Formats: sequence, structure tokens, C-alpha cells
Amino acid sequence: MTVTPLSQTGRASIAARGWGAAHKWLLIRRTCQLSILTLFLLGPLIGIWLIKGNLASSLVLDTVPLLEPLVFLQMLAGGITNHWAGLGATALIGVLLVSGFYVLIGGRVFCSFVCPMNMVTDTARWLRCKLALRGGIKLRRKTRLFVLAGLLVVSAFTGMQAYELINPVSILYRGLIFGMGLGWLFVLAVFAFDLLYAGDGWCGHICPMGALYSLIGSKSLLRVRATRRDKCDGCMECFTVCPENHVIPPALKALEGTSPVITSGDCTNCGRCIDICHEHVFQFGPRQ
Amino acid sequence: MAKEPINRRRFLIQMAKTVCGVSLAGLLMGLHARKSAALPDKSLRPPGALSEDRFLTACTRCGMCVQDCPYDILKLATLGEATATGTPYFEARTGPCAMCEDVPCVKACPTGALDPALTDINKAHMGLAVVIDQENCIAFQGLRCEVCFNICPLRGKAITLEYRPNKRTGMHAIFPPVVHSDHCTGCGLCERACILEEAAVKVLPLKLAKGELGHHYRLGWDQKGEQGKRFPTADPMHQYNLPQGERYDYAGRGLMEETSKTESGKTPFGSNALHHLNQGFAGGLKGGGK
Repeated sequence: MTVTPLSQTGRASIAARGWGAAHKWLLIRRTCQLSILTLFLLGPLIGIWLIKGNLASSLVLDTVPLLEPLVFLQMLAGGITNHWAGLGATALIGVLLVSGFYVLIGGRVFCSFVCPMNMVTDTARWLRCKLALRGGIKLRRKTRLFVLAGLLVVSAFTGMQAYELINPVSILYRGLIFGMGLGWLFVLAVFAFDLLYAGDGWCGHICPMGALYSLIGSKSLLRVRATRRDKCDGCMECFTVCPENHVIPPALKALEGTSPVITSGDCTNCGRCIDICHEHVFQFGPRQ
Repeated sequence: MAKEPINRRRFLIQMAKTVCGVSLAGLLMGLHARKSAALPDKSLRPPGALSEDRFLTACTRCGMCVQDCPYDILKLATLGEATATGTPYFEARTGPCAMCEDVPCVKACPTGALDPALTDINKAHMGLAVVIDQENCIAFQGLRCEVCFNICPLRGKAITLEYRPNKRTGMHAIFPPVVHSDHCTGCGLCERACILEEAAVKVLPLKLAKGELGHHYRLGWDQKGEQGKRFPTADPMHQYNLPQGERYDYAGRGLMEETSKTESGKTPFGSNALHHLNQGFAGGLKGGGK
């Protein structure tokens, strides 16, 4: 079989196992994203307080604190300037719980199963494909690591959580729960950037939250494996749909005897490759 | 994937592009952060908030203080507002702090941006009420108002009424409100209650409202209260260039001879001051008066 043209992507998988099964992980991801958002909204909307706060920091069932690692790092960086080291047990437990969870199941699971911006950029990606938009700004994948380092430097110099002033992810999530103000403009900007200027520009190249989570999850236990890679017919559909497609070839096309596990921390464990492959090459599994 | 081979030139150019781009973005972000660090005059932080610079380090913008505020007066600043994006604040004129006794907002804070040491809401200093427009405050015109005085949760402590004669009528009194910063919590009830179109009493951030005495100042009466004596203690002996054995009496007797036997007994000089003054001419400088 030859490489599937862009417009035909996904048809083989749907034909092989039906629409539902061919979108299994997409549906699970959307359900997960919306469920978490709903949990946060239950309190403000109808007074059922299962989770308080937002993604930056929250309290589950009035007992378990959670704290976003990037917020934590900005606090540490800012504290250098302000001689503030007032971090209490609540914050430390919170950041350990969140980091620990993502260390185990893959840092960028946050990106594909939790982050609200994922729905925005996925829409941009889908539309970019439909409108057959090509080209745009070429960014390096590593840009996000520089952004991450840069924002910590700025936080250290200004003594404040500098990135949280403009972080579109937290602006979107906080906006959904507490009121958006002009925050929509930032979300729209990310959408337009991904649609018109750079495919997968935000999540795949710039977002420092994704960068940090890829570092956190670089040794995670849960991975996607190209278990049946001998069945691969080279249609390239997985490569087309994967938002971080540099992670696939080492596992899929490597020589016999190498591991079929996608080991890169950049992999978001989104399951797109599992859904799209009509040969059932990929599946979730433990790192080995 | 047809890639150019990575060589040093290409690598350096790529690095330069990325570093320059990120640095530029970082610079803009830093400038924006600096600007955001200035809290607008009308925005007041929840009780127990750290100083503004530390608050911006510590606050995660989670909004749990907002969610736990039973009176819904706290808001998170949205993008485009002057207050730093996502941080909690309230405005006295539209929604003053109800000063809950159990301070739920402070308890909700996961990082200590609202200092858990604040357990008594009466000790909060969210801001300071200032009777800022004495030309329009009707109490200063000799009219009876006293609304701010009466609404104050620390009535009679944070705001008191002064008593002045009304010089305009010559027969009435004026009762101007006076705020005392040691008791004012900055809750903002007075500002909301002010009957004017634009409040004459406003709660300002402490930094704006308070002056600060030079650190070398010592107020004698405070020192006396603390130590039971004046400090620095009064000069026991005037250190003028008076001849030894002489002192100056302020009560009117002027330059006078020391009378104390013990003092004069110790001095190597005679009791006549002129001997001492002329000593330099007579036999060289010996000691000399201080």
C-alpha cells in the first residue's frame, strides 16, 4: 500500500473497525477533558464542591491539594528575588502529587487528556487540514524548552510568576470557571496562530507547560508501543495525525531487535496513532 | 524526511534564531510583568495578603479564596484589567470586605499568599481608609452625617469623631471623622457607605496612604513611655567651653561659680575663674577648661 493522501486519512481505519472504534481514544480524551472541567464547574454553578480552584492549584474533596508544577517553579524562581520561601506543606504536597502522577503515566498526558487548550488547537489542526493550509513559520521543537527556561529567568528577575500573566492555558481554564474578560482574545490568538501561521505551533513548539510535562514524563511507565510493527504497510497515516510525529519512527521503523516502545517524552499519549492505524499496530503498554 | 545535514553553521544559526526570539518574548513579558506589579489604587487585596511583590510571587491565581468568600466580594482579575491577571481583589466602593470572623479566604489559600498567621480579622490591614476630600465631606461643613463612623466594624476605634467649633455659624459644632491606622482594617465599609456621589472617605493601599518617619527619629515621649526616662537622656552638664568650675544658669543668674565642695575640691585650679582664664598667658597651657 502506498502513502495515504491527506484527504483520505482515517478512512481505512473507519472502514476496518467502524467510526466509534476508530475514534475511541479521541472520545475518551474529550470525555476526560470535559469531565474534569465539569468537576471544576459543579461548585460555582450548582454548589457541589468536589474540586475547588482551577488547574493552577486546587483542592479535591476538601482534603487533597494539587499544584501545577510550572506554577511551582515560577514561585521558586520569583522567591529568589523576593527572599520569599514561605511555601507550606500544602503547596509541596500538591506539586508532588501532580508531578508524581505524571511521572508515572506520562507527563504530556496532561496535554492530551486535561489541558483545555487541546480542544482549541485540535480544532485549528482539523480546520487547517480541511482547508489544506500549508507552510507558515518553521519553529524548532526545542523552542518550548527555551521558552520554559526564559520564563523562569524572567520570573526570577521580576520576582513574580511572570508567565502566569499571559499563559493562555491558565487564562482559558480560569476564564471558564471565574469569568473570561478579554481572555478570549488570547485563546483566539492561539487558535489563529495554529491555523494560519504554524501547524501545531502552540502545543507542539511553544507551550512551556508542555515542555515541562515532557521533561517530567520522559521516563514514564505508560507508553504507546508499536507492538505489531511488522504489519505496518507504510501508509503514513499515523505520521500525519501525530502532533509530535518525530516520536514515531524510532519505534516503528527501527531495526529488528530494537524496542517497539515510543520512548520520547514528547509523546502526549493521545492515542491518535492507535485510532488511525487500520492494521492495529499501536497499543498502550508499559515501558520495557 | 529530507533534512540538510546538521553542521556547525546551521546549528549556530538555528540556536541564534531561537535564543533571540525567546529573549525578545521574554523581554516583552518582563516589561509587562513590571507594569502589572503596580496594583491599581482601587484594587484591594484580600485580608492577610503579603506585600504586593511577594504576593505576586506566591499567589497561584487558583481562586479558592474567591470561591470560599461567603459574600462573593472577591474577584479574579481577568486579562485586560489593570490588576495583575488572575489575582484576587475587591473594590471597597462596590463590594467591601465583610470581615468574617473565621477568615475563610485566608484558610483557603494553598500557598500562604494570604498569610495564615492572620487569624483575627480585626488585625487585618487590607488598606487604610483616608478622609481624602475634606472639602466635600459634609461633616466638615458642619452637617451631621457620621455614617462612616457608625458603619465602621471597629466603631469608635478605627474611626472617631473629633469635636471642633463651627466658625461659620459661631454657635455650632463640627464632628469631622478621623481614621486611626492602627485599628483600621481597610475593609471598605466606610467607603461604600459614604453618602456622597463620589466617596469622600476612600480606602487606599497602605503603601499609598501611609507616610514613614525617618528611621533615625526617636520621639522623646514614646521613649519615655518605654524606658521611664527621656532618651537620649538630657545633658547632665552643659558642655560649653566654660572655665572649669563655672556653669551657666538659665534661670537668669548667668555665669556662676560652681559651688559644690567636692567638685571644687578636685580641681587643680583656684576658685577664681580669672586665674584660670589667664593661665595660658602666665605659665603655658595646663589642662585648660573644657
